[in-house]
Amino acid sequence: MFDEIIKMFSYDFLIRAVIGGSLIALCAALLGVSLVLKRYSMIGDGLSHVGFGALAIAAAVNAAAPLEFAIPIVVIAAFFLLRISENSKIKGDSAIAIISTASLAIGITVATMTKGMNADINSYLFGSIIAMSQKDIIICIVLSVIVIAMYIFFYHKIFAVTFDESFAKATGTKANIYNMIIAFLTALTITVGMKIMGSLLISSLIIFPAITSMRICKRFKTVVICSGIIAVLCSISGLIISYLYNTPTGASIVLTNVCLLLVFSITGTISDKINAKKFSK
Amino acid sequence: MALIKCENVSFSYENTSVIKNLNFEVNQGDYLCIVGENGSGKSTLIKGILGLKSAADGKITRGDGLKKNETGYLPQQTPAQKDFPASVYEVVLSGRLNSRGLKPFYSKTDKQIARDNIKRLNIAHLEKRSYRDLSGGQQQRVLLARALCASKKILLLDEPVTGLDPIVTEDMYKLIDELNKKENITIIMVSHDIKSSVKYATHILHLNGDKTFFGTTADYIKSPVGKAFFLEDNENV
Repeated sequence: MFDEIIKMFSYDFLIRAVIGGSLIALCAALLGVSLVLKRYSMIGDGLSHVGFGALAIAAAVNAAAPLEFAIPIVVIAAFFLLRISENSKIKGDSAIAIISTASLAIGITVATMTKGMNADINSYLFGSIIAMSQKDIIICIVLSVIVIAMYIFFYHKIFAVTFDESFAKATGTKANIYNMIIAFLTALTITVGMKIMGSLLISSLIIFPAITSMRICKRFKTVVICSGIIAVLCSISGLIISYLYNTPTGASIVLTNVCLLLVFSITGTISDKINAKKFSK
Repeated sequence: MALIKCENVSFSYENTSVIKNLNFEVNQGDYLCIVGENGSGKSTLIKGILGLKSAADGKITRGDGLKKNETGYLPQQTPAQKDFPASVYEVVLSGRLNSRGLKPFYSKTDKQIARDNIKRLNIAHLEKRSYRDLSGGQQQRVLLARALCASKKILLLDEPVTGLDPIVTEDMYKLIDELNKKENITIIMVSHDIKSSVKYATHILHLNGDKTFFGTTADYIKSPVGKAFFLEDNENV
């Protein structure tokens, strides 16, 4: 098996997939901690469907650069979804469901009318290990540098805004700006990551690592660090499994995430019980 | 000069006016309770005092060098917060954010102030515990410590005893009273509990449409609005 794995890294496209996949997973996980804790995780799901619709239209009109065509649309959708979630009058969850199913429907209709359901559309829906081009890798690296720099520089503000927006606003933090930065970076991460993960599965990268690390970690800092590590580990092992056993890439990464979540949940429950006994004594 | 002064202030919420021509002032060391029924505009007024919502009419001024972001605010808890993975220290330290400006990290002084406030509220033994593992009363103490990190002068508390059992509620009231009497911290508290408000507060603001009352607690008990409430209450007892 190890020979196989070593052989795997002799293919350029696989090295690209591993680098791109883990960087995207890292970005998604860092952004995901804040989104999940603010109960915004469905925004990620909504955005990925919008991304699919946009890419299908880009393919239909033969846009030279489908990614550059899709990114602004997804960014606009991100700001829009954020506004909906903040406005208590419209119920956020139904609005997100409306937007995501509508985009998916538009995407599939456009794709079928123009070319039929070709392999390209299929890989945007479910992801593909060979999808990452040289240019995508550069986008991934730039994106992850921005996300990590933002996390380090604004860490305490992100914590304050995530934990308690009203307090943060009352003490003079411009919470809306941080919300918008997070929504903007989420939109970018999702659109770029869709190629490898598929639009139906990309939101798992946002949700799983945060939820998994929250089973065990009790501090915000450790949740953030742990999510990053989990995300990278799962995406690398998912890609290796996908290569070795010829399983679909996105699905393999999601399934490794599911396994880790189970392990963390069980460990968390056991350690909570032990702690509870300690305190009751 | 008053810490906070409201002159002829009006607020509207979704195009209907909830507060009209409100006048009151809060001085250093006061303990003001804002009472009133649901929908009387308490939350709107709080947002106005914090500077998160601008008044439709009139003006709210701050005196005594009180800066806009220098109010120690204790908001109502959101459901998302109850299971938030953060240590007590992390939460309390986040109260120092207003001293940071654009600087990304906390200074030694900030950390010391956070530790001091943790000790002040008797939660030092919880410092490393996770916020989500604490009881409701302990969580409120943590948030109060955070509010104290943000301001030495004034605390604005939005229904701080919601969901607490009677014993913990009494503890919380005593703690707030101590901060007010011993450390001369100005308190503005939104409350549903008129009896406790009258027991501890020096001033009462009763929002009630046209029959709004503002004055000292002694005057409030004698006023028609206050009397109406107390007669009802006494009959029930």
